[in-house]
Amino acid sequence: MKNLFNKLGERLNRVSSMKLTLLAVLSALIVGAFIIIFSDVDNLKNGDILGAISTVGSAYWALVVGSFGSLRAISNTINSSTPLILCGVSVAIAFKAGLFNIGATGQMLAGGMTALWVGFAMDGPGIIQVPLAILAGAIGGAVFGAIPGVLKARTGAHEVITTIMLNNMAAFFILWLLKTDLFQREDRTDPISKLVSAQGRLPRLFGFLDGRSDLVAHIGFIVAIGAVVAYWWFLKKTTTGFEFRAYGLNADAATYAGMHVKRLTVLSMVFAGGFAGLAGAAEVLGTYGYASTNFAGNIGFDAIAIALLGQSSPLGTMFAAILFGALQAGGRQMQTNSDVPIDLIIVLRALIVMFIAAPLLIKTIWRTKSAHVSAGQTFRGWGS
Amino acid sequence: MKLELRGITKRFPGVVANDNVNLSLNTGEVLSLIGENGAGKSTLMSVLYGMYKPDEGQIVIDGTELVFTSPADAIAAGIGMVHQHFMLVPVFTVAENVVLGVEPTGTLGKLNIDEARRMVREISDKYNLDLDPDAVIEDLPVGVQQRVEIVKVLLRDAKVVVFDEPTAVLTPSEIIEFFEIVKTLVSAGRGVVFITHKLKEALNIADRIAVLRRGKVVGEVDPKTATESHIAEMMVGRPVQLTVEKNSAEAGDVVLKVTDLTVLDADGRTHVEKVSFEVHAGEIVGIAGVQGNGQTELVEALTGLRKATSGVIALDGKDLTHSNPRERHQMGMAHIPEDRQRQGLVGGLSVAENLVLTRYHDDQFSHGVIVEWDAADAMAETLIGEYDIRTPNKETGVGTLSGGNQQKVIVARELSRDLRLTIAAQPTRGVDVGSIEYIHSRIVKERDAGTAVLIVSTELEEVMALSDRLLVMYRGKVVAELDPKKVTPMEVGLYMAGSRPDSAVTA
Amino acid sequence: MNLAIETAPLLSNEQRKRARNVGFSLIFLALISAFFFSGRPGDAGFKLVDSFTLVLPSQPFARALAVLLGALGAVQLYRGFGKWTNVVLAISTGAFVVGFLAWATSGGSFNLTGMLQDTVTRSVPITLGAIAGILCERSGIINIAIEGQLLGGAFAGAVVGSLYGPWAGVLGAIVMGVALSALLAVFAIRFRVDQVIVGFAINFFSLGLTSFLSQRVLTEHPEYNIVKPFTPYAIPLLSDIPVIGVALFTQTYFVYISVIAVVLTTWFMYRTRWGLRTRAIGEYPQAAGTLGVDVIRLRYRNVWIAGAVAGLGGAWWPIGTVGRFDQNITSGRGFIALAAVIFGRWHPVGALTAALVFGLAEAIQLKMSNLDTGIPSEFLLMAPYIVTLIVVAGFVGRSRAPKAAGQAYDASK
Repeated sequence: MKNLFNKLGERLNRVSSMKLTLLAVLSALIVGAFIIIFSDVDNLKNGDILGAISTVGSAYWALVVGSFGSLRAISNTINSSTPLILCGVSVAIAFKAGLFNIGATGQMLAGGMTALWVGFAMDGPGIIQVPLAILAGAIGGAVFGAIPGVLKARTGAHEVITTIMLNNMAAFFILWLLKTDLFQREDRTDPISKLVSAQGRLPRLFGFLDGRSDLVAHIGFIVAIGAVVAYWWFLKKTTTGFEFRAYGLNADAATYAGMHVKRLTVLSMVFAGGFAGLAGAAEVLGTYGYASTNFAGNIGFDAIAIALLGQSSPLGTMFAAILFGALQAGGRQMQTNSDVPIDLIIVLRALIVMFIAAPLLIKTIWRTKSAHVSAGQTFRGWGS
Repeated sequence: MKLELRGITKRFPGVVANDNVNLSLNTGEVLSLIGENGAGKSTLMSVLYGMYKPDEGQIVIDGTELVFTSPADAIAAGIGMVHQHFMLVPVFTVAENVVLGVEPTGTLGKLNIDEARRMVREISDKYNLDLDPDAVIEDLPVGVQQRVEIVKVLLRDAKVVVFDEPTAVLTPSEIIEFFEIVKTLVSAGRGVVFITHKLKEALNIADRIAVLRRGKVVGEVDPKTATESHIAEMMVGRPVQLTVEKNSAEAGDVVLKVTDLTVLDADGRTHVEKVSFEVHAGEIVGIAGVQGNGQTELVEALTGLRKATSGVIALDGKDLTHSNPRERHQMGMAHIPEDRQRQGLVGGLSVAENLVLTRYHDDQFSHGVIVEWDAADAMAETLIGEYDIRTPNKETGVGTLSGGNQQKVIVARELSRDLRLTIAAQPTRGVDVGSIEYIHSRIVKERDAGTAVLIVSTELEEVMALSDRLLVMYRGKVVAELDPKKVTPMEVGLYMAGSRPDSAVTA
Repeated sequence: MNLAIETAPLLSNEQRKRARNVGFSLIFLALISAFFFSGRPGDAGFKLVDSFTLVLPSQPFARALAVLLGALGAVQLYRGFGKWTNVVLAISTGAFVVGFLAWATSGGSFNLTGMLQDTVTRSVPITLGAIAGILCERSGIINIAIEGQLLGGAFAGAVVGSLYGPWAGVLGAIVMGVALSALLAVFAIRFRVDQVIVGFAINFFSLGLTSFLSQRVLTEHPEYNIVKPFTPYAIPLLSDIPVIGVALFTQTYFVYISVIAVVLTTWFMYRTRWGLRTRAIGEYPQAAGTLGVDVIRLRYRNVWIAGAVAGLGGAWWPIGTVGRFDQNITSGRGFIALAAVIFGRWHPVGALTAALVFGLAEAIQLKMSNLDTGIPSEFLLMAPYIVTLIVVAGFVGRSRAPKAAGQAYDASK
């Protein structure tokens, strides 16, 4: 009987956590609306407050239509979500082990470039080449991710600093790489890579619908879902997953229990790098078919917000990534339809993270009586 | 001045920490507040000190009701507190710690550190506390740190001084010195609240003893007439066994042999210096010593959590100086760590997961990289029953259990397998009496089964009662090997303080 | 070797490892000098003042440097420099940088004084950002949001400066910095949100908002984005000193203000009641709290001051240099400032030193792109990050962060 009540309590807790997320999103949209209104300098100058407010309506409507309003919109959402899910898992798995991976951007660049290299250097049938290129992406990201892991394990250098530095280094390295003969497209002088061979591209998800070349979503999304499942399985079923959880929650106890924490430090960053590398591969092989200097964009940073939002759980991270992907897809529509710049999306994401992280604030604003929700502490301080 | 607590009630989610508590104290007397761990003593004092707001009840001083919203209010009302965990900034000097909050300053808030030094010296001389104002706290022994805390209280001219478990970190002779300080305070017209779970000390120093059980005051006794067993029964609510029941040891072969072990920390400070000793199968060796004399580092070196700088550690004749914790664990070494929340348990994981924390990689619980959670859960069910772990179920987060039950989880995990050596550090710290009895009997049972046992405890009574042989550590060295049946606590205390009594009997 | 170990005082494993690492690092630098820097014949000219150019023959210099570094490394490995290790390391690194410059410049010449001036200029936002970091972390709040505060300050500085003049712009930047730090304070202190999370969110918020507004407002109203920046002010007499006069005393107000900020922060932190309490609540807030110090209020106040300093640092971009705001104009300088906090061991003077190192790396990078070194410019652009990486990997393990940084204060514990 008591057991039943506990289960019920957990269930209720989950529901209220869902409610909290919704309220956080709603709060962020409201703040965003104010930002749209108050930045509408021309309308406000003319005293046309209604005009300013109507912009909010058209902007948010475009946001909805652009993310879920049509098959094309859904395809765009899927396409935007794919790298976000993979990088979200990257950041989440490091969080589980108590590490803060800010380096997903760099790892994504590394993975994308290795995948790209396999993509244009090899000329085999797609059924062999595509998996090989994806694998190469994972390995490239994992190797690059290993660097901050090893530095931390050996010297104690904090990963927050080292991953940021490595991101910047990766960006310049790729700038150089894209100008080498190996990578640069023959007829170009700007840093842009050769094209991946046609059979090396990731097949499109809606390829079976003839004549819909506007549906850009590719099977990278399936890879991303696979990554979420793998992440879930790893955490729940494997010894190393158990070690990650113990180490992330209490590093001293993990050491006491005989876990090789230095190995776990390196391993968590290798896994994190691997997932981010997959994201890079998906973008290069699927979305673009080539690499430019900034194919990683802000995805690595968005992924931090995603992992925080999803509380690093496999499902939570996936849903958070899809939400962010939808905002991204809708944001493009918003920029086209109304004159509201897509940068608003960054603000909305930041606000969602802040509101989610401060359940107390949400409760105060909305006067809800939800059960205790802990934000949790992700950071162990500079010492460890 | 007369201080009264009237009908104080303080609730936390799920517990009533203080339930309608009434107490009074006049200056010039010592009130001892006694009760076992978790009885609500510290909560009550936090209410008095303005750290908690009571849900009901009043604090009344000389007939006036006062509301404390922060320690600043309590200090202003003449209440001072010496906390169990010293409230000292480790990297500050004595003078800086003492004046914090009441700093003597010049223009632009410039610190007058000379004045601060003078203030410390003045009080230190007046009460004979012997403090160097420029010493840095982290370099000082705990006994001296406690005197810094006392100076802090005196500088703020507290009329009522609350001591929370003050003797836990002191040697027997330091306890006597401490009681002298308390008497000086009382004769200077101050009131003292002395919180403790040690019956003898309460009987020794108090004018009145109030007994707290499960948040309620269950009675007040007169130390002139009360007996230890009577108070103990009031504390726990049933008759209590005050001694550990055990037969004499039948020591076998040498299991643990430590030779010239030296341990330095990352900054090159020596914590353990040339320590050598043996533990035989079927005996309990105790290590006594004041906190901070190298016991922690010794245990960490023995269990592989800290690298030995030089020396040899051997288990059953096999050198394991350079083995990692897991290898030692697999050779039959169990470790009950001194800080269960920091080291022994992962608070965010379930009881079942904590029960396999050191064993999930055994063949019994995993195949390759896959954990057999069914096997782990089955073992958890068994151990919860066998070791009487009070938990709603095995999925409950271990962090939500009481201290005693958390400790039982560790004991169950560590002792429920074939062992050669058990190392237990502070095995009963912060644990209720029932659990203490249980843990002690388990340790003795382990010894009787032929395991070598090493107990490290700063509770002198505990370590003397449990051990068959007693080692004393002082400043990183083993300074004495004694027969606990042939020495008095006072004599052991002298070794703990670094002096060498001639009369002591060495084993 | 054995003999040395026996006669040396007993060292812990960590100390031995550290000493060895330093030794090998020195040898590594020596090898680079010997085989790489000595590869380019010719003289390197360092122009100090118009009338005087210091000429270093780069090949012999590189060889001499290799011998020196090798010798120091050997001594370090053999018996160690003990407490002099850091001094030796600092001198060696300095000599190595000169060696690098001599190599890069060989066969040409460049304006050393100009580079030093540039170093000081570029260290300004890093210094001010790091001071903001120190003020927060010393009182127990981790400030990952320096980047966002700098960016917000830069935006406000540009807009307010365009409308009402540069000094008003500085004020606007400060107000913006305080506003963003108030956000950090409320979330971290009042709502007890994980400080790293809220810090990151503020960075996003600031990046998003400034990009959004600059897209939506500034592109259509360029009149809001044109400031008249400060011109260098030569301090009388001091600016006439050769080399130093130009490098240190012919600068914009920002340089002088940041030096004053360092001096004031140091004095207040270590000599006043405020400093004592601030350090106390960063190390062990309960100790201060039980003595009646209002931990919460002091933390609020320090975070606000930090925000003001960071906002001021942000104003450097529009008002100290380019005269306008661009999207993401700070491009990660806030994180470099964070590294400077750690490298500088949470001490203002240390942070200034670190900021100068980073400033030097940036300045070298710029100068180098004018010289033909054969190294692709991308690798030179990486230099500051590589320096940070090495510095953090080599030093952070030894520095001691304020103990309570990152933890919400709970009065009842």
